[in-house]
Amino acid sequence: MKKFLAVLLTCVMLLALTACTGSKEEEADYSFADGDQYEYIGGSLNILNWGEYIDPELIEIFEEETGVTVNYTEMTSNEEMLIKLRSPDCVYDMCFPSDYIIEQLIASDMLLELDKSKIPNVKNIEERMYGFTDVFDPGNKYSVPYMWGTVGILYNKTMVDEEVNSWDILWNEKYAGEIWQYDSVRDAIAVSLLRLGYDINTRNPDEVKEAKDELIKQIPLLKGLGTDNIRGSMENGKAALAVIYSGDAFACMDENEDLDYVVPDEGSNVWFDNVVILKSAKNTEAAHAFINFLNDANLAARNTEFIFYSTPNGAAMDLLDEYYTGNETFNPSDETLSRCSVFHDLGDFVNVFNDAWYEFKSNLD
Amino acid sequence: MKRRVFAYPYIVWMIIFIAVPMLFIFYYAVNVNGTFTLTKFLATIRDGGKWSTLWLSVVMAFKTTVICLLLGYPIAYILSNMKKSVAGFISVLFFVPMWMNFVLRTYAWQAILEYFLPGLLHLKNGTLTGTEGAVLMVLVYNFLPFMVMPLYNTLSKLDKSLLEASRDLGAGSLQTFTRVVLPLSVPGIVSGITMVFIPAITAFTVPALIGNGKYNLYGNEIELAFKTLSGQGDYAVGSTLSIILLVCVLVSTIIMNRVDKDQQEGGKLW
Repeated sequence: MKKFLAVLLTCVMLLALTACTGSKEEEADYSFADGDQYEYIGGSLNILNWGEYIDPELIEIFEEETGVTVNYTEMTSNEEMLIKLRSPDCVYDMCFPSDYIIEQLIASDMLLELDKSKIPNVKNIEERMYGFTDVFDPGNKYSVPYMWGTVGILYNKTMVDEEVNSWDILWNEKYAGEIWQYDSVRDAIAVSLLRLGYDINTRNPDEVKEAKDELIKQIPLLKGLGTDNIRGSMENGKAALAVIYSGDAFACMDENEDLDYVVPDEGSNVWFDNVVILKSAKNTEAAHAFINFLNDANLAARNTEFIFYSTPNGAAMDLLDEYYTGNETFNPSDETLSRCSVFHDLGDFVNVFNDAWYEFKSNLD
Repeated sequence: MKRRVFAYPYIVWMIIFIAVPMLFIFYYAVNVNGTFTLTKFLATIRDGGKWSTLWLSVVMAFKTTVICLLLGYPIAYILSNMKKSVAGFISVLFFVPMWMNFVLRTYAWQAILEYFLPGLLHLKNGTLTGTEGAVLMVLVYNFLPFMVMPLYNTLSKLDKSLLEASRDLGAGSLQTFTRVVLPLSVPGIVSGITMVFIPAITAFTVPALIGNGKYNLYGNEIELAFKTLSGQGDYAVGSTLSIILLVCVLVSTIIMNRVDKDQQEGGKLW
């Protein structure tokens, strides 16, 4: 019995191994487009990033080039990251927070001002990105855009026969039980605020309250509140409509061609995950080199192909094929972006949002 | 006397991982941003106690326990009447899924209820996640072994000569079961109920993964309170909810112990 199990287990493992290697297409090109500028640095670099948010191949190449040992840790939310960064024995040199969190980190004086002379590849970043990132990082002194995108509606064309161009459709009773709302306070309330014609960074308690009441009205129509699980559900045609990040939408559309993504006319949120170096960082040399490395046009292109999220790196965009650059989800037009705005850190007013969210959640089940 | 030394590591362990965390809960319930105050605690109990969700959790735990008992008793009874070697093999099969992590098993059910079963049953557009029935089913699945285990232990230790005596004295098989087997297995039933009811009332992972964020039990309310309010340094609401749940668990444990003790003292229950 035991022997049989052992043999079975080995077979399964071997199968899994061959499946992994089999799925890899022809050898990808990981050469430097901006020249090999890397010398031996050594030491270690502690990086905190979102799950599945970098092509692991890049870390290996960086380690080979610079002799730096990379300790890579993953997190699941901005809030978790804040807790880790604020802890007195924080070991991280760099991380990849979202826009409004960066604003907060700058305000609490936790970020190192970047030495752009050590990051020559920032020249690759598209100029139009700075218009947005300037809002939360004035002068773009502390951060370099890493990935970005919009929030919108992913829908299944076989289940939704009308034109999708308004957040209103998420309150349409026709689709009761087939709608995914996003399980995150800022994103869900933003959707409701936008639908009512308000600013996503409003500081008016009445507007937040109205948005919350609308969310409560939406509850009976929801299939559920989700985050990463929305992707599988949509890819498999188990729901008709979902609030989703453009990067996830693009990945879903790659799997299921019945899906389409739209940024509604009322506008939406455009978000950024930027890379920052902490003031407490021990190996700032390696951290700067790593940011430069990530912004090499060719490597950034490989990275974005791996993650499916949009790269702010214009030189990398030039290297990507039509499948990416011609896709409105991956590469939104200026017209779409003109309708979108960035999240601000709300300071103490965030409590009004949190209380509204707590009350909304209490109305579930 | 000397043997007591061996218990010290365990006592230290209990202090660090049970007593201290409990004290933290009580500390944060009456401490808002560093000042001692009972207002948050009392306000939470008065109007933020989430009593309806607590009731839902209790009902859910009750249903889970009853279904586990109804399913588990026959399984344990049949197993206990089998040849030892066969019964051992079958019970191993029964417990094999438990070698896998609880969360992973629940994820597997998420996939089954979301994709596999609806496909098999040709449910149009439908999925089974996010419903009360789905949460109940997965709870039963996860806790059934905890019901079968103590029942099987009790039933297999049952003195078979008692059954023979009962038959000799003219009782039919039904009567033997209701008047001999069932009363003698009460300790197993009680510990089975305890082992299912208490984890079920504090269930968190199952509703979180199967409930689609829509069907929440009390554990999820506690998580929510910590997640949304702790940014403001407010741990009081979450801690107070935790205390309410702790009291519920304590009360059910006391009731169970009472029943257990009564049983040992002469089976008043029957």
